Order: sequence, then C-alpha cells, then structure tokens
Amino acid sequence: MSIKVLSPGLLTSIQDLGRYGYQKYGVIVSGGMDTYALRLANLLVGNKEGEATLEMTLMGPSLLLEADLLLAITGGDLSPTINGESVPQGRPVLVRKGSVLKFGALKSGCRSYLAVRGGYDIPEVMGSKSTYLRAKIGGYQGRALLQGDILPVRCSSPLSLAESLEKTMGSRSFAFPSWYVGKSYVSETSQEYKVRVIPNSQFPLFSPDSRKQLFQQPFQVTTQSDRMGYRLSGASLQLTEPLEMVSEAVALGTIQVPPDGNPIILLADRQTVGGYPKIAQVAGADISTVAQIKPGSRIWFVEISLAEAERLYAAREADIQRITITVQSQLAGITT
Amino acid sequence: MAEYINSVRMLVAGEHGLVIEFGNQISPEINERVQRFAKLLHLEQIPGIIEVIPTYRSVTTYFDPLVITRQELAKSVIQLLGRIENKCIEELLPPRVVHVPVCYGGVLGPDLEFVARYTGMSPQEVISLHTSKPFLIYMLGFIPGFPYLGGMPSEIAVPRQERPRERIPGGSVAIGGNQTGFYPIESAGEWWLIGRTPIKAFHLTSDKPFLFSVGDYLHFREISIERYFAVRRSVEEGTYVPEISYL
Repeated sequence: MSIKVLSPGLLTSIQDLGRYGYQKYGVIVSGGMDTYALRLANLLVGNKEGEATLEMTLMGPSLLLEADLLLAITGGDLSPTINGESVPQGRPVLVRKGSVLKFGALKSGCRSYLAVRGGYDIPEVMGSKSTYLRAKIGGYQGRALLQGDILPVRCSSPLSLAESLEKTMGSRSFAFPSWYVGKSYVSETSQEYKVRVIPNSQFPLFSPDSRKQLFQQPFQVTTQSDRMGYRLSGASLQLTEPLEMVSEAVALGTIQVPPDGNPIILLADRQTVGGYPKIAQVAGADISTVAQIKPGSRIWFVEISLAEAERLYAAREADIQRITITVQSQLAGITT
Repeated sequence: MAEYINSVRMLVAGEHGLVIEFGNQISPEINERVQRFAKLLHLEQIPGIIEVIPTYRSVTTYFDPLVITRQELAKSVIQLLGRIENKCIEELLPPRVVHVPVCYGGVLGPDLEFVARYTGMSPQEVISLHTSKPFLIYMLGFIPGFPYLGGMPSEIAVPRQERPRERIPGGSVAIGGNQTGFYPIESAGEWWLIGRTPIKAFHLTSDKPFLFSVGDYLHFREISIERYFAVRRSVEEGTYVPEISYL
C-alpha cells in the first residue's frame, strides 16, 4: 500500500508529536505545528494519536492513492478534493484505489494534516518519525516531499466503520459517515487573533513601555515566519538596561526578543537553546491557534496566570479525551 | 547541605517547563552542579517528566502537568538537591578529553587570515593558542552535537559577524566572540571559520550518534591537509576511532 506524490505542495513533510529526549544533544523536537489537528486526524482513522501524519502548508500537494485507504484531513482548509469532488474534513473517509487527492486554494488556517489508517510506514529516527528538515533526518529521507516520492502505508486491521462504508460505497470513489468532529483551532475568517500568554520570569527586565505595549498593541506575523518560529512586527520591545544573556533551553511557545526589538514566537522547529531575553510564554492550549495563523495576520497578546494556563491545558486534554472515546465507539460501529 | 543550594532558583517556562537555575554565570563549578543535577533528575525517572536539558547554569525539565504537578515536581527537586553532593564513583574519575584534528587555514579555514589580522597575531600564533589546551564542553545545543566550549584564550576572541553566513560546511571549526566550537552539520552561523575537522560529532547511523557528552573536554590539534583527507576517508569507511585521553 502506498501513496504517490504527483506534486508536493509548498512544504509537505512527515510529522508526528516530536522527538523528545535528545534536546540535551542539540537535537530539536520538530513534530506537528498544530498538534491538536494532528492528533485528531489520527484518532479519526483509529491510529494512535501520535502516529506520523503529513503536514501540509499553505499550498497542499496532489497525491495518487495506490490502494484503498481510510484517511482523515484536519486543520486548516486547503480545499481538498478527490477526483475533482470536494471532500469533507474532520471525519474518516474511505477512498478507492487510483483516486487523486488534491489540495487547492487556502480557505482557512495555514496547515492541514493528512492521516491514513495504519500510518505511514517510515522508520523512526531517535524515537520519532518527524522530519528534522535542517539536519536532514527523520521523516521521508530527512526532507520535505518531492514529486515522484512514494510513501508506503502500513497495513492495519479494517475498522468496522470502514466495512460498513465499503458496503454503501457502490461505484463512488469515496465515502464518509455523516458524523464529524467540528472542534478545531482554525478560525474561519479572522485576520486578528487573541493569544493567551504567561509573562516570563524575565518580563520585569523589559522597559515599562514595552511591558504595556505587549498587551496593548497588536503584532503582525511577518513573512519571515516558519516552523522554527514566527517573527512578529509591531512595537519594538526593549530591555530597561542591556543584559548579558547566558544561553539556556527554550520552550515551545517562548516569546524571545532579539536586540532589534521584534519578538519571535518559538515553535516546533525551535533550536534547543537560545540566548535572547524572553518576555512571555504562549499558553500550551493556544499553540495550535498560533500554528494556524498565516503571515500578515495580527496577534493580540492577552495576559493570563500560570494557574489559568494549566487549567486551559487540562480542559483541552479533557476535550480530546471525550472526543477520543466517542470517535472510537463510532469507528467500532457502536452507536449510542 | 552546601551553601549554594539555598540560592538555587526555580523558574517557570510555560505550564510544561520548570527551570532549576544554579547561578547566573558561566563557570566550571556552576556547570558541574548543573550536570550532576541533570543526571540525578534523569536517573530518578520521575513519572511525568518528558525531558531534562542541562545548559550552562541551569537545568530545564519539561513535564506533563496532568501527571505531575509543578508543586510535586518542585518537592522532588528539593529532595534531589540534597543529594547533589553525593558523587558516584564515575564522577570521581578524571574527565574525558576528546582530541579533534583540525586542518587550519586555506580553503578549509577561510577566515583564519582575518582572525590573525584582527587579533594582531600571525595565523600560526592563532593556531597555537587554539590548540594550547583542552576546552570544557559546557553544553550541547543549537544543532545536533554542537559543543559550547569554555576556556578559549581571550587573545583570539573576535566579535561575531553581523550577518550570519547562509551555509557553513559541516566540520567547520570557528570562533565567535570569546567562544569556539565546530559545526557538526551544515548550518547557518555568524562565527569566523578558521579550519575544518574531518571527524563527525553527530553520526546518525552509529550506535553512539554523539561524539561528545557534556563535562568532556575537547582538545583541538593541528593536522596537515593530507592528513585531513586521510582521516576523512577513514571516517567515511567507518574505521576511524576517536582519540580519547583523560585529564
């Protein structure tokens, strides 16, 4: 079973939930940018939530499915079609061998995820299938997909849902159930986003003006934004006095401020350590929101406490738990 | 309990991150505590801990707050700090020195001339100082296997380039500010390239992918261009054995 890449799209790479345990050697985490969408895509085809998916960015690929496959598309809307016919997101879709899955115009968000039942059959490198683009390791030959690549798909036991879709499919090239998961972190039309942050322990070292500006003015996501981080422009944030920084570990969602005063939100491909002062930290529950913000959009930072960030994170995980249980019973053909 | 333990600070790095800071300077003493604590925390295998990352003067740990709360983790940290003075026998052994052969100057070290001019020395004097003693590996980071070294003689310090070079070949040995090191894989960077080593600090297919561990020392040694290519061949054939001694 395999998928052939007819055209690769702008930046399409294999990503799972990331490579942990090797940051102390300088190996970055990598992994999906919108991990909520990534997990959801896997759950919808009955995979483990951390299985590898295809992450597609702004302009998606065109893929020839060389076997009957159960797949799910989540995250940003890149107008997916199968043999020219629009295909819905947020649910499992059974697709006939020989069909072409093509992504088109960007309708919402920034990144879309494609999971297939069984997962992509790609070796793990240091415990993960994620592509570490700069070091050329992991994923599909350590790089983004190119035309002509053939992605092997692992065989997996058929789900009861797939069997019932099969029966109703007839001569159509794809079929899907009527239920779907609606919740996503993709905002449909907005050009402005609220992102909740916790002030960093270095926050008080910034000038009183900068501390105010962080929350009273929007910041624009510039085109120099990628999987490593989003470079923002807006107020120039400055320290009260120059500070000799010692490089230390930086976390997912850290907002660091280089000397030019333009903050950077560190994301999936962030370096393991950084030497710039850190003004704030994006709440874990809002990372997926950030991951779906396109260059040109504006971010308003909203201050919350650590306790609130913990509560939001726990609430999101509880959400995913509930979705998981419901989806699993649907896939197993247990209807309530 | 040692005096400094009272001055250890615990900081927040997002709801998943806890930073245990042992000081605000780069010093071998502080770094040794960092290394020892990181090892203790790692060996403790506390459920919920995702990763432990030692750096110059702090240990950052990422954890799942739904498995272990920050308060519970902080309690374990305090307990472990009480055990930080207990050394295991391996820690009493002299540290490892990894010898790194470098071909200085020429096409492999295009900035050696500049560094010499800037510091008012001859290229050979720069090389002599760069190979004069082993440098402590304080931490690894930035790209896989990249060693952050301390102890380079200040006479050969050169401010970083203002604009990073887009492509620095893997193996490049470089100076940036008062730091030196080498780029294990191709990378962008703003350091001055004074030479190149044929050996690999990151070797994915090997059973030990990383040449260095924090706490090791790295000693640069000058080799000829002929030797550079000979060593490179043996690295590629998989027959190269890194030269290790003990301090």
